[in-house]
Formats: sequence, structure tokens, C-alpha cells
Amino acid sequence: MWGDFFTTSVLVATLASGIRLATPFLLAALGEAIGQRSGVLNLGVEGVMLIGAFAAYFTKLRTDSALLAVGAALAAGAVMGLVYAFMTVVMQAEQGISGIGIFLFGLGFTDLLYQKQVGTPQPVSKLGKVEIPLLSDIPWIGEIFFQHNVLVYVAFLLVPTAWFVINKTTFGLNIRAVGETPEAADTLGVSVRLVRLQTIVIGNVMAGLAGGALALEVAIFQQNLTAGQGFIAIALVYFGAWRPAGVMAGALLFGIVSAVVVRLKTLGIVEGASSSLLSMAPAILTIVVLVIVSGRIAAPAALTRHFDRAT
Amino acid sequence: MHVIDVPDVHPEGLMTITADEPDLEPTFDTPDPDPRVGGAFSFDVVKPLVALVVPVVAVTAALAVGAIMLLALGTNPLRGYAALFDGAFGGWDALADTAIKAMPLLLVGVGICIAFRTGVINIGGEGQIIAGALLSTTVALIIPNTPRILLVPIVLMVGAIGGAAWGAIPGALKAYAGVNEILSTIMMNIIAAQLLSFLLQDLLIEKGVGAIRIQQTERVDPNSHLPILPGGTRLHLGVIVAILVAVLGFVLLFRSAIGMRLRSVGHNPAASKYAGMAVKRSIVQAMAFSGACAGVAGAILVFGSESHRLIGEGGSTAFTQNAGFNGIVAALFGSLHPIATIPASFIFGGLLTGGIQLQRELQVPAALIVALNGVVVVFVVSSLKLRGRINRWVEQREHARSAGIQRKDVV
Repeated sequence: MWGDFFTTSVLVATLASGIRLATPFLLAALGEAIGQRSGVLNLGVEGVMLIGAFAAYFTKLRTDSALLAVGAALAAGAVMGLVYAFMTVVMQAEQGISGIGIFLFGLGFTDLLYQKQVGTPQPVSKLGKVEIPLLSDIPWIGEIFFQHNVLVYVAFLLVPTAWFVINKTTFGLNIRAVGETPEAADTLGVSVRLVRLQTIVIGNVMAGLAGGALALEVAIFQQNLTAGQGFIAIALVYFGAWRPAGVMAGALLFGIVSAVVVRLKTLGIVEGASSSLLSMAPAILTIVVLVIVSGRIAAPAALTRHFDRAT
Repeated sequence: MHVIDVPDVHPEGLMTITADEPDLEPTFDTPDPDPRVGGAFSFDVVKPLVALVVPVVAVTAALAVGAIMLLALGTNPLRGYAALFDGAFGGWDALADTAIKAMPLLLVGVGICIAFRTGVINIGGEGQIIAGALLSTTVALIIPNTPRILLVPIVLMVGAIGGAAWGAIPGALKAYAGVNEILSTIMMNIIAAQLLSFLLQDLLIEKGVGAIRIQQTERVDPNSHLPILPGGTRLHLGVIVAILVAVLGFVLLFRSAIGMRLRSVGHNPAASKYAGMAVKRSIVQAMAFSGACAGVAGAILVFGSESHRLIGEGGSTAFTQNAGFNGIVAALFGSLHPIATIPASFIFGGLLTGGIQLQRELQVPAALIVALNGVVVVFVVSSLKLRGRINRWVEQREHARSAGIQRKDVV
């Protein structure tokens, strides 16, 4: 049985699907990392992913346009970003609990819309594969890395982009300053609120896109489609020590673990009740990862701290 | 990259609502024996009137959002809310059902009061309910033929133990390894849900050879069933137990040395450590207490249910009724005070029973209620800071007035 798994074609296909499954994790975690670097913890990622996923799925179902579907996911993320920014930056709500509110809203709202507007499971067509010329012809490597839909490439290209923005631009410097010592940034004329508003919107747009990528990958929507992926994405930020490359490594690890779990189930190597035990793997891995990482790497000093010039 | 040696006593923890305000805020509105020690949240630092007005406004705003959603779904919001209210509070049977739905919210909510006031954000209610239910059901299936007077307390206690253990794990991870408890409790929820699914397909599944086997356990022994209260409704002992636990939670938090220590840790871990309190142990204890409350809810959901068995069919939230999250909403609404959480849970229990009516009468999916709960959380947490500000403003005015009177006296 295990012999079925350890064949080149299965391993290559598993790695390729691992990269596809890593994409939502990566998009959401990169967005969360940017937010956290500016001192904002957004626990609502899961809810925003669900809303983005439904927006993309529903738009795809009705218009059959992938472009509009992705646009809907981005727009849904932006709206939720403005809501979250209003809550945490303007009203200065406690960030941990606010996120749970957003999660519950997203969970209920998408379920409501799905039941009312769609009702029965209706699959949509997946995003088309874009094969990179020449590179996709390389044996194994080509199938693993260069035969994916466009969102996969976008996600992985955002890793160096995020690194560049955070480390090499004035905006990135402001983000880091606001996340470490907002008071000092404020004295130097950096608007703490504006920077945080921007990072929150960017983070939520990416969470929305992550949901969209998930929905267009599985080509279906259902209640609680994300099943904790948004929360795992937050854990990946800790895993990746708030650095885009580290976040990418974590996303790949989780994507590949998820792909292996799916593959073992479909091959019938693990079946029936035991597959439930196997489904625990990502959650257990998250806890193990958090235990290893926690306390070793310093978080942005102003994480979850509100900034109020008056006090 | 530097190493944080004592992550748990870092004063800029997650709960910094009061900590980032340098002025010492007075505490009232709760029977807090020591006015200098507030909760981790600034819930208890408001004038009673403000304390009442702000949540009412928050809920009204949430209901307004709900009305917009109903309108968008093509339902008349007035008819919708009328059906909701009727389903929740119209008649004795409805009230009894509401109380039964409120029971897990109250139990989880009391646990949330304890955890949040210790500065630990326990999002693991779902997992702790499942752990309590699994352990108590297993024990009840192992020891049938035990007298009812013994078996009922036993299963409730065992439920508490199961939940406490499931809660203590993330508590210990936070205290001794610095693991963010929000993330670890959510992961514990996922693990518990899968464990439930595994056990109900395997070790605990009902015996028998049907073609389609439902994910459920055997019926538990009749001696373990929670007695139905007299009065002709479905109201059972579990509701009384939940209220008792709320009173116990109040005593623990506000009338005991342990509670004093827990709240102190929640308010300022660094100062508490300096004062010689066991900060790490307090965190584990708070999570264990919190989990125990949820675990009792899990046991009651099994032994007080009409089917008298643990059913895993339809996913874990079908069993927990999402109470692990909704209990947080109730506790926040009850200003993280165990006694105030009683009416708060009743209101949110009403939303749940009313939601069923809404679905039956107007075909609005009950998922609306989950979304509404989220909106309530959003509005309540967003209004907290505002409450503090209004409060300070009221105080300043009072201060100015009394200063004026004094001046007149001198003249």
C-alpha cells in the first residue's frame, strides 16, 4: 500500500498539489505578517477568507469570469479591511476579541448567503493552468513548480515583493517603526493610524484573495470552507518570525502536509475512522511549531498595542 | 533576534486595554472588593448608566445590521424580528427551550469570565465541550447500573475534568512555553473535533449492524439522565447546574483568594509576579477552571439531551451548537461578570431558539444568528474604549462640580 505512495509520479503530484494548497496559507500569512509588523494582530483572517472565498465562488458561478471572481475576493477583503481598521485603529477595540467577532460574522454570513443564494452544491470550473514556457517541460521540476494557476505564481512572487516593501522602502520603514515604537514614529511625523490603516487593508485584501484562491482551487463552496486555515496562517507568521521568506517556508510545510494527508486518503492507505486522526496533523503540527518558535524570536514590540497620542 | 526570557510577565501582553492608560481608573459596578484591582478589560470601570446604555446601543446597532441583512434576503425585518422574538420568548415552552439553549452559553461564558479576567483569551470552548462530553459519556458507558444519585454527579464531575484537562494543555503551553493561547486553543478545537469524529466512527460507535451506521454512541444508562424539572416543559437539571456554576464562578472570582490572585495576574502580571504570586500557575489554573465549565456543558449536552447519547453526525458544531464561541459573546455582553452572564446567555439563547423559528416561518437560515453574534462582538468590543472615555468625561464633570462647591464653601 505504501508502495503506491512512494512512486515518482505520486510524489511529484503530491508536491505539486502541496504548492497549490500552500497558496491560500501563503497569501493570508503574508498579509497578516505585514499587519503584525505594524503592530496589528488580525485574528479575523479566517472570517475574511471565508467572505473572500464566497465572493469569488459566487461571482464565478454567476458570471463564469475568473477575473471578476478574483476582483470580488479582493474587494470583499478591502471592505473587511476598512471595517477592521475602523474597529481597531479608530475605536481602538481589543484586537484578539475583535478578530473573533469578524470570524463569527464571516462564518455565519457566508453560510447564510450560500444557503439562500446557492443552496445545493454547484461546482464551478477551476482556474486554468498556466504552463510556463520551457520551464514546465523540465521533468518533475516542471510539474511541481511550473504548471499552476496564476494565483499560485502571484502568491509566490509576493514573497520577494513583501520583503522588498518591508525592508527597502520608506513605507516599509514606517511599518516597522510603527510596529516597534509608535511613539517615536509619531514624533518623527509618521502617522501611526494611517500606516496601520494601510497595512490592515493590505492584509485583509490578501486574506480575501487567499479565500478566493482556495475557493477557485477546490471549485466549490460549503459552510466553513476554510476549516481553520486562516488561524493556521496566523500561526505561520510566528513560525516565519515575521519575515516573508520564513512565512513561505511555513506555508510550504503546511501545504505539503495537507497534500500528503489528502493523498493518503485518496489512495486508501489511511481510510475510514483513521482518516479523522490524520486530519489532526496540521493542528498538532501548528502547536508543535508554536512551542518551538515561541519565546525564541521577538515579536514586533508594539504588537496588539494601541497608539493614542492623547495619553 | 533576541531571546525573551520571561514572556509571560511582559506587561504589554494581549490584554492592554487598561494597561496602556496611565491614569488609575476607579472600579465599581461590580462587587469587586478591592477598588484598585480592575479586570483585564475595562468593563468594570464604568458608571452603571454608561455600562447599561452602551451594550444596549451596541445590540441595537447589531440588530440594525441584521435588519439590513434580512432586507437584502428579501424578508421584512419587522416580521423577521417578530418571529425571532416569538420563537424565543413567546410562551412557557419557548422560554424553557431558550433556557436550555442558554445553558451551554452560560457555562462557557462563566469559564470565559474566569479566563479573560486572568488575561488568558480562551477560544477553546468548542474543544473543551467535546472533551467533557467524550470523557463523561465514556465513563457512563463503562459504569452502568450505578444509582442515579451517584451517577448524575459523577458524569458532571467527569465532564468537568475532561474539559479542565483540555483547557489546561494550552494554559500550560502559554505559561511555560509562551505559546499564544488564542492559536493553541483554536488548534485544540480542531483536534477535539477530529477526535470526536474518530471515536464516534470507531471505539464509541453504537453497536449493531445497519447498512448505514450513524456516528453516535449507545444510549447512556437511564440512571445518568438529567432529571426533568416539574412544570411540564423540557427544562432539566442542567439549567439549574449552569446557574449554580455561575454563582460558584462569581464566588471564585470575587470572593476568594484564588480569584483575587487570578484577577491580579490578569490586570498586571509583572506586578503580580513582583508581589510573589505564582503567575504561571495562575494561567494554568484559569484555563483549567475555564475548561471545566465548558466540560460540564459538554456533559449536560449529552445527559440532558432528548436522545441521551453523544451524536457526532453532522460535524462537531452540530453537537456543540457553536456554544464555545457564542459563550464568549454572552460573557462579553455580561461584562465578564459571571452573574451578569446569566441574563446575557438567556438573551443569546433566545436568539438561537428564535433563529429556529425564523428559519421555519420565513425560511431565513439560522446561520443569520451566527453572523449576528459576530456583529454583536464587533460592536461591543468597539464600544469599550468609548465607554471609558464617556466615563472619564462624566468623572471630570463631577470633579469640577465638587471643586466648585468647595470654593463656595470657603467664600
